[in-house]
Amino acid sequence: MSHEHVSNIGRIWKVFGILSAVTIVEVYLGIVKPDFLFMNDFLGMNILNWVFYILTIYKAYYIVWAFMHMEGEKSTLRSAVVFPVIFLILYLLFILLTEGDYIYEVFKNSSIKWNF
Amino acid sequence: MESTVTTANSEEKTWGGNNEPMGASYGKLMMWFFIVSDALTFSGFLAAYGFSRFKFIDTWPIADEVFTHFPFFHGVPAPMYYVALMTFILIFSSVTMVLAVDAGHQMKKNKVILYMFLTIIGGVIFVGSQAWEWKNFIKGEYGAVETKGGSLLQFVDKDGNRVALDDFAADLGEVRTQLTRDKAKWFMSEPSLPSYSVAEVQAGFKAHPELLIRTEVLNKEKQKTILSRQDSESRLGEAHYVVEGANLIRNEYGNKLFADFFFFITGFHGFHVITGIIINIIIFFNVLIGTYEKRKSYEMVEKVGLYWHFVDLVWVFVFTVFYLV
Repeated sequence: MSHEHVSNIGRIWKVFGILSAVTIVEVYLGIVKPDFLFMNDFLGMNILNWVFYILTIYKAYYIVWAFMHMEGEKSTLRSAVVFPVIFLILYLLFILLTEGDYIYEVFKNSSIKWNF
Repeated sequence: MESTVTTANSEEKTWGGNNEPMGASYGKLMMWFFIVSDALTFSGFLAAYGFSRFKFIDTWPIADEVFTHFPFFHGVPAPMYYVALMTFILIFSSVTMVLAVDAGHQMKKNKVILYMFLTIIGGVIFVGSQAWEWKNFIKGEYGAVETKGGSLLQFVDKDGNRVALDDFAADLGEVRTQLTRDKAKWFMSEPSLPSYSVAEVQAGFKAHPELLIRTEVLNKEKQKTILSRQDSESRLGEAHYVVEGANLIRNEYGNKLFADFFFFITGFHGFHVITGIIINIIIFFNVLIGTYEKRKSYEMVEKVGLYWHFVDLVWVFVFTVFYLV
């Protein structure tokens, strides 16, 4: 195995603290739903939802990097895992969400009634 | 540069074996392969959920109003607290897993045993919580009616609080027996009947002038639209089906696809957790009987750990998509 085996217990608990704190912030925002975030839209989604997604990706980073020990792997492995996933997910989301929004517009603006 | 070179003797015998591409052992690399493909599967599901939600963005259910249960606090609305607790349990079991891996690196067998055990317990509690969540979701709380056009009507009082069918539906003394295969003329049957018929709900609604109807449509304040009494009565005339709880065909929370995606995605995730628990138990017993002590490497614990963290990672996204957004 390539990486040295020093004990990481301190870091593990630190990451646990970060993940817990972010989750608490998420739940707090989800219950309070501050108007200035919830009522304002940015690129078709309200800002509160953007905040949630950014915090989620922040948590995902810590899970993959610290818990799955991605930080100790070689950069080829890191790139081989992370880049295809990010690219394919963004691509898929772009296509599906654009299409979903288009169908919504068709239902809304044309004479087709929502009947199913 | 190190990244472009394979680990063991790169000058010769590159193809002769004993080589570890990307510096990871065969098993670990294959686990990463699996995780990447599984991550894409889950992304496909979540993106499909996003697609359907964007398609019905004006009428999608509000998650806070759906998941409001907390054990031993019956009737107290507690949005999200329970699922936040579940998230903590899963994150914590991830922590014990990574502690087990860490102890494995230092060849401390007893510590690995303890942490693996805690991880398994955490996983079992999580699956149990998920089952409880499903139970509440399937059972439902208030009930609703579906119109001929397929949209869903819920009942509220003057202050906008939800009212359950039990509280107002009239008893017309109707007796309807469920059509079963043995009584049918042909191969016909129907699912179990709801507690009230449409006529009973309509009669009860007439008798309670304080009730109003809430539609699925979201208004400017991003709340569900509440109709006036007059509109409510005319809208209720279109009712043709009483919905209680949730199944794969219809649910009392709103859009039909909402329950379908909920069952499918959290179910698929729950299946992963169960698989993870089983694999963890196998590895746990292998640690107990000293397999890895003899092998002088706890790498198996690390590999199953990767899978377990992946399950946690997926949950972080499911949590956001279903409960927060």
